[in-house]
Amino acid sequence: MKELFILAIVIMVFIVIFQIAKASEYVSVLKGEEKTRKQNNKINGFLLVAFLILGLIGVYVCNEWFFKKTLFPQGSASVEGEKIDFMLYLTIGVTGVIFIITQILLFWFAFKYQEKEGKKAFFFPHNTKLELLWTTVPAIFLTVLVVFGLINWFKITGNPPDNAIVVEITGHQFAWEMRYPGNDGILGKKNYRLYNKPSGNILGVDFEDINSLDDLHTTQMHLPVGIPVKLVIGAQDVIHDVGLVHFRMKMDAVPGIPTTLWFTPKYTTEEMKVRTGNPNFVYEISCDQICGASHFSMRGVIVVEKPEEYKKWIADQKPEYYSLFPDKDPTKTTTDSTKAMAAVLPVKN
Amino acid sequence: MSNVITLNEAAVQFDTHHDAHLDHHHKETFISKYVFSLDHKTISKQFLVTGIIWAIIGGLFSVVFRLQLGYPNSTFPWLEDLLGHWAKGGKIQPEFYYALVTMHGTILVFFVLTAGLSGTFSNFLIPLQIGARDMASPLLNCMSYWFFFGASVVMMSSLFVQTGPASGGWTIYPPLSALGDASSGSKIGMDLWLVSMALFIVSSLLGGLNYITTVLNMRTKGMSMTRMPLTIWAFFFTAVLGVLSFPVLLSGAILLLFDRNLGTSFFLSDIVVAGKVLPNEGGSAILFQHLFWFLGHPEVYIILLPAMGMSSEILSVNSRKPIFGYMAMVGSLFAITILAFLVWAHHMFVTGLNPFLGAFFVLLTLLIAIPSAIKVFNWLTTLWRGNIRFTPAMLFAIGFVSLFISGGLTGIFLGNSALDIHLHDTYFVIAHFHIVMGVASFFGLFAGVYHWFPKMFGRFMNNTLSYIHFWVTIVGAYLIFWPMHYEGLAGMPRRYYDFSNWESFKMFGGLNEFISIVSIVVFAAQLLFVINFFYSIWKGRKVTTMNPWEATTLEWTTPIRPGHGNWVGEIPEVHRWPYDYAKESKDGKDFIMQDVPVGDDEEKH
Repeated sequence: MKELFILAIVIMVFIVIFQIAKASEYVSVLKGEEKTRKQNNKINGFLLVAFLILGLIGVYVCNEWFFKKTLFPQGSASVEGEKIDFMLYLTIGVTGVIFIITQILLFWFAFKYQEKEGKKAFFFPHNTKLELLWTTVPAIFLTVLVVFGLINWFKITGNPPDNAIVVEITGHQFAWEMRYPGNDGILGKKNYRLYNKPSGNILGVDFEDINSLDDLHTTQMHLPVGIPVKLVIGAQDVIHDVGLVHFRMKMDAVPGIPTTLWFTPKYTTEEMKVRTGNPNFVYEISCDQICGASHFSMRGVIVVEKPEEYKKWIADQKPEYYSLFPDKDPTKTTTDSTKAMAAVLPVKN
Repeated sequence: MSNVITLNEAAVQFDTHHDAHLDHHHKETFISKYVFSLDHKTISKQFLVTGIIWAIIGGLFSVVFRLQLGYPNSTFPWLEDLLGHWAKGGKIQPEFYYALVTMHGTILVFFVLTAGLSGTFSNFLIPLQIGARDMASPLLNCMSYWFFFGASVVMMSSLFVQTGPASGGWTIYPPLSALGDASSGSKIGMDLWLVSMALFIVSSLLGGLNYITTVLNMRTKGMSMTRMPLTIWAFFFTAVLGVLSFPVLLSGAILLLFDRNLGTSFFLSDIVVAGKVLPNEGGSAILFQHLFWFLGHPEVYIILLPAMGMSSEILSVNSRKPIFGYMAMVGSLFAITILAFLVWAHHMFVTGLNPFLGAFFVLLTLLIAIPSAIKVFNWLTTLWRGNIRFTPAMLFAIGFVSLFISGGLTGIFLGNSALDIHLHDTYFVIAHFHIVMGVASFFGLFAGVYHWFPKMFGRFMNNTLSYIHFWVTIVGAYLIFWPMHYEGLAGMPRRYYDFSNWESFKMFGGLNEFISIVSIVVFAAQLLFVINFFYSIWKGRKVTTMNPWEATTLEWTTPIRPGHGNWVGEIPEVHRWPYDYAKESKDGKDFIMQDVPVGDDEEKH
């Protein structure tokens, strides 16, 4: 009932506006169309300049309200992200000045040069000097932006430092899986055909590869603060995207084509709670590439902690091999250590 | 020229004022006059009306999904009455939300702003402004519309299938779009999407080849290329872009159909979906993105160039001043056309693209800012010291320039790959392309409709409604899209059904509600335009002079309601460029039309 009522009101409003518009047309015929046209011209000229002034005030107010809600006042949570923040401020500076100048010129010219009785427009078809000016000046500004942009782009996409730890992250509908390389520092091989849900080997890890035996499979990502981390990114079904807004990082996860990104976390999760003033703060991994009906809920969590806390957390994790094959787990058997080592030999899953 | 006239003579239907010619009159049935018409003017109106219908549908879809974004915790029981299981319990379901988003994009980009914009105005203005009786091939032109109609029927039918229409985003990236198991929208709805797009591409190619041929071969005597109005240049480059890039999308669409239905592996490799290990190996999901964006980027210029051309023309007419820097305007259109083909991978900076390759795409992308800047400054200088008339068309043209500046500048953020890492696929992107390509091109479209409506239908649209339409739309467009930049700077990802579970993104609830309210108001204002449009076709104030805007171009030398063939008798000869405003004509006007011979006291153009 309420909906029908609202609909009726909307239709009434339409009819009223329409009737007023029609009536105004008759009035203009009676008053003289040329006179009405000139009146309309004045009104719209005034509205254009009013729009400019209110618009610029609106831009300022909008910035007051919303800039503090963006990520930039709190600064980048990764060392590399600072370059992106710098790029942002530089670009806002350059484009902001151009924006304000050109919008003012546009609406002010429209207002100032509105039709006036007996005035004639100025015949001004071209001027080579002016045209060269506004070809070269933007070119210079753009060169600056491109140079800074590419320097940072190559730094960010270049090789990570040698001390970087490696974490593998794999997306599937609609969750993230992490894999740590374990003590040997090498991730074991995977083959998507080894995917086996009943056995629990959902990442398709090849346990015939000896490097995979100490790999850890977790659903949360823990990282030590201040140490570079390289993410090896993959996807199982469709394209996903590892979005790390606080670190200013993002990389697609593509089935069949591994990708990487690296960054150095600057603050622990606990420090970020203080910095943002939000006691519930967590570093979130958002999927940034549409991946199906629950795309919006494909959320992962990163815990950044002090290196010693990180070491402890790693030590507490059990290698995936032992969770999938509990009988091979040396901590669960009573045999001596030499036998336990023998049990660690590869088996087919 | 002469043999073209002979060919068309049989079809020429003269204006009814000239009874003497009635013996030439070709008997027209309703079918041949309004349905399978060969007259470029009728075909253009067919494109326009079909485009308007699609725009209402596409706009309505955005209103429905804005309800979800603005009110994620509310239910709307009437939605269930309308939509059934897609809005179970009055709540839009996620699958349906993604279907709406996908269809909104597809409809607006292809069916409205490509077919509805250049289909309408290339068809209408090319023959009228270059002085031709019709297109080079009226038959292909008619087929172009009917292929578009076919594409529309198929796309429309996909809205009604049980599993829903395509829902993987308008960019339909595989593997999501290739695997029915990954999404219900990737079942039969996706096949219909691909078939519809294939038909659409055929339509676009038939139209584009016709436009190019007509512009190159059928200009009237004296109409050299550099005497063409900027509208024609823009339509010409638009057609070139379409002809060279749409076939690439067709190949991508066909390969995707093969992957979906014939078991090929062009885009598929190493996939486990819904617990099943797929046999496909060796394909590349990224290959599709290259094929898609090789069209997809030129596509945004296919949408934008006609709006630029028409705004240039309308700004000049209503400033009563020549367009500033005609050759620079043509040159910048040309530069944009070339660069449009060389920047596609800037949509793919975070796909794992080789960073070295990415660097070239950064450079080429930011190069586009230079011709764009030239255009903006030339438009500003065109206004400078003019004698401006604020017709509704003029207001929309000024609004176009304002939006083009705002949206163009944010392109500099996104084209710079380092910054794109943070902004990619956030609301910043939504704000950017809606302002610069969506709303700006719509402003070009509205400017064109208001300006050429008298030529199309021999009547004026209602001025008061037009002014209300303009002011609500420009204020609303900025209110909707300007704050979205801030959501993007906060990293809020696009294509999210609900943000309330995200610690990082849930602080914009109030803003999302505000945006939704404004978008409903703006949508209502567009309905005012639609009412005004259809009402004025039959009831608008009649045009009483041949040249109501006092413009110089050839379409205003035709009768008020031109018949098929456009001119009665000889086609006028062109003697000068199309921007002789702010000049003294012999009869005391401030402009000289293109068909007026150059006087002895004038310098030649």
